[in-house]
Amino acid sequence: MTRYKINVNNKDYDIEVDKDTPLLWVLRDELDLVGTKFGCGIAQCGACTIHIDGSASRSCSIPIDTIANKKITTIEGLSDQGDHPLQEAWKKHDVPQCGYCQAGQIMTAASFLKEKPNPTDAEIEEAMHYNICRCGTYLKIKQAIKSAIKS
Amino acid sequence: MSLTSQSKRRDFLKVSALAGGGLMIGFPWFMGCKPDIKSDIIPSLPQPDQWFDISGFIKIGDTGLVTIMSPNPEIGQNIKTSMPMIIAEELEVNWKDVVVEQAGLNKDVFTRQVAGGSQSIRHGWVSLRTAGATVREMLLQAAANEWETDVDELTASEGTVLHRDGRTIGYGELASKAASLEIPTDVKLKDPKDYKIIGKGKQNVDIQGIITGKPLFGIDFKRDGMVYAVVKRPDAFGQKIMSLDDTATRNIKGVIDVVQFGDKVAIIADKIWAAIKGQKNLKVIYVSDDTLENTISHNEDLQKALSNPTKEPKRNDGDVMRALSDADEILDRTYIAPFLPHNPLEPMNFFADVTASKVELVGPIQTPEWTQSRVAQLLGRDASEVSIMLTRMGGGFGRRLYGNFALEAAEISDKIRKPVQLIYTREDDFASGPYRPASGYRFRAGIKDGELSGYHLIGAGFNMGNATRENWFPAGTIKDFRVDSHNLKTNIPTGAWRAPVTNFLASAEQSFIDELATKLDKDPITFRLELLRNAKDNLIGEIDYELDKMIGVIELARGKSDWGNRKNQGFSCYYSHNTYVAEVAEIELTDDLPKVTRVSCAVDCGIVINPLGAINQIEGGIIDGIGHALYGDLTFDKGKAKEKNFNQYRLIKMSECPDIDVHFVESNNDPTGLGEPTLPPAGGAVANAFFKATGKRLYKQPYYKEMEMLG
Repeated sequence: MTRYKINVNNKDYDIEVDKDTPLLWVLRDELDLVGTKFGCGIAQCGACTIHIDGSASRSCSIPIDTIANKKITTIEGLSDQGDHPLQEAWKKHDVPQCGYCQAGQIMTAASFLKEKPNPTDAEIEEAMHYNICRCGTYLKIKQAIKSAIKS
Repeated sequence: MSLTSQSKRRDFLKVSALAGGGLMIGFPWFMGCKPDIKSDIIPSLPQPDQWFDISGFIKIGDTGLVTIMSPNPEIGQNIKTSMPMIIAEELEVNWKDVVVEQAGLNKDVFTRQVAGGSQSIRHGWVSLRTAGATVREMLLQAAANEWETDVDELTASEGTVLHRDGRTIGYGELASKAASLEIPTDVKLKDPKDYKIIGKGKQNVDIQGIITGKPLFGIDFKRDGMVYAVVKRPDAFGQKIMSLDDTATRNIKGVIDVVQFGDKVAIIADKIWAAIKGQKNLKVIYVSDDTLENTISHNEDLQKALSNPTKEPKRNDGDVMRALSDADEILDRTYIAPFLPHNPLEPMNFFADVTASKVELVGPIQTPEWTQSRVAQLLGRDASEVSIMLTRMGGGFGRRLYGNFALEAAEISDKIRKPVQLIYTREDDFASGPYRPASGYRFRAGIKDGELSGYHLIGAGFNMGNATRENWFPAGTIKDFRVDSHNLKTNIPTGAWRAPVTNFLASAEQSFIDELATKLDKDPITFRLELLRNAKDNLIGEIDYELDKMIGVIELARGKSDWGNRKNQGFSCYYSHNTYVAEVAEIELTDDLPKVTRVSCAVDCGIVINPLGAINQIEGGIIDGIGHALYGDLTFDKGKAKEKNFNQYRLIKMSECPDIDVHFVESNNDPTGLGEPTLPPAGGAVANAFFKATGKRLYKQPYYKEMEMLG
């Protein structure tokens, strides 16, 4: 077991875990931040997407030992009141069905829009390609991203 | 809800003070059923000091805030929003003043607490309206008593009772009095023309929690003192444990125990990661005690079964064998589809806490009542000792009908006598089933003098029971018509997968009918309409669908899709779950491989409760249907599934989705299912569009593999 100091959603935490523990399980098990979801464990589905220094990353495949001194943002910290433009757009379009993948979808979209505030449809599709929605809410996700861009 | 039995339990309906979320005692950390005060759906009215339990469905607070219990499991079909909408409509309250709570399993108050078969709304339609109307009548009576006036002088609207003379009184003031009244047994339901909530799009009641990452799902559940379990199951179906070496597993920090039960081994740890590592390090040697099956032999078995009819046909109108032998030509086509995993994105999980006095279960399950009785039987307990709290489910698609994970959690907790959260890894879910079984269909149609003369379907599926729907279209429309079904055996666990049986039967049938129409030199839509219209005057035998409703959706889809005027259009229609659907798919080809660009979908599902949620279900069903028809493929070798995770198993992605336009048949008929019925026709529509684009027919799913070969 190793001690780590990490910063999540602008808050410092001291934790003691095995070096190989994926960030996903640190967030869920140690910090009770369960908005970040377990889907596949091999960075294929995107349910565990978080931001590391602002970039979308797959927390299920990032060992805690590799992220010293980096700032982590989870869905719980994306906005103070759940009112990030993407969250507002998700509500407006009533995007979710089961809802399980949506935190990951929002985190991927948020990081992408920061880098590319005015993307084309094709660029949205490319950016979202590795986030699976098993319920098939893709059309609503695309609409919500486009409406967040406008706002 | 049974009103009669409820009125016998007068004592149950006493005022219960549930100050500020008191219902959640025992679940302080878990937010799944607790209103989120930040949500915009949460009403403008202040939180009450007291709640009055007026029926199992409805509590009214002293401020007029209303809590409606949602009885059925929420799996993404949005009934946690649409079922309370139905109650609120009859109750005459503002939707913004309603808080929805998920009910746990409660057989005394609710009936059919199941998510399956797209039947929640259809079965709840009368009981939910009655529940709302009953409480409305009680509130009216309470006001009549208060004012010493005749109840006929009063009306209810927006959470307020109005007297003809202009006086008003809020539900909050009446709640305590209403709760002590006799329950009326014969209440009047509203005329659909007066609906204010039903038919209006309402946002998912859990949306704020979903988009901010609140702990809504089973996998999010925690309890003080809880441990985690990950289970190592046999590598292949047909194996048993010969020997077990858990030394390396027990040496992992955090692993508490290793417990064998049957041919499974549970690794118990204080953290999930330790349990997952423990599972990887477990050394188990298995021995085969049964056949280890594979996909090649499955396909051979299907082909063999399809070469012969059965001794007892499911349906036999006229004389098909004679019609076919008299025909000028026979169109004979066989369609095959593979096993599929369900792959809901939330991996299987369940919480269990088994003690001497009780069995407490919490988690995502489509069938709580069945699970309760199976757990009771497994542990030798009385069902009354087993409680089940329902969480939001991260998808199911049929997988969570089978509570084997809940039984495992209960058995593990019983053995270690600790509260335990069982979690499957994605690999565990891929490897353990149950799966949609592989199936095959062979259609033969006779053609004589340029017309259809005889139609014979032979179906076969593994552990599928009846692999056909013998009384559905085109039954009734063809004089010489026969359906046979073979049930093949497998030791691979199988089960219902979204739109069981018809998820592939429809693709096969609608592809065949399209090819048949082409062979007869007829437009595929005109051909179907001819069959249906002829049957109106000359129906053959009994059928389980309505000809006019089928005609209605076909014509609506034909018009809305601009059929015949656009490129590469494929048509398909299907009746299932009491709902009628017609779809027109359009594709574009790039390097001979298609992208589905548009689907026009016509739906007759009776009255639409929540158009927002309804369109989500329709789009989801179409996208799911296209995705699995194109890409879904689970193959077996030596008794085990070869695909182990999403890097080896392709699910549809955003860039592969078509635009979808949805058109409802306007209707005030009772509502029917929507969670499944748009899925079955999707595969056939794509296959028929592919034919328009390439002149090539598709017979084997996943279509993408066949397209690559054809291309």
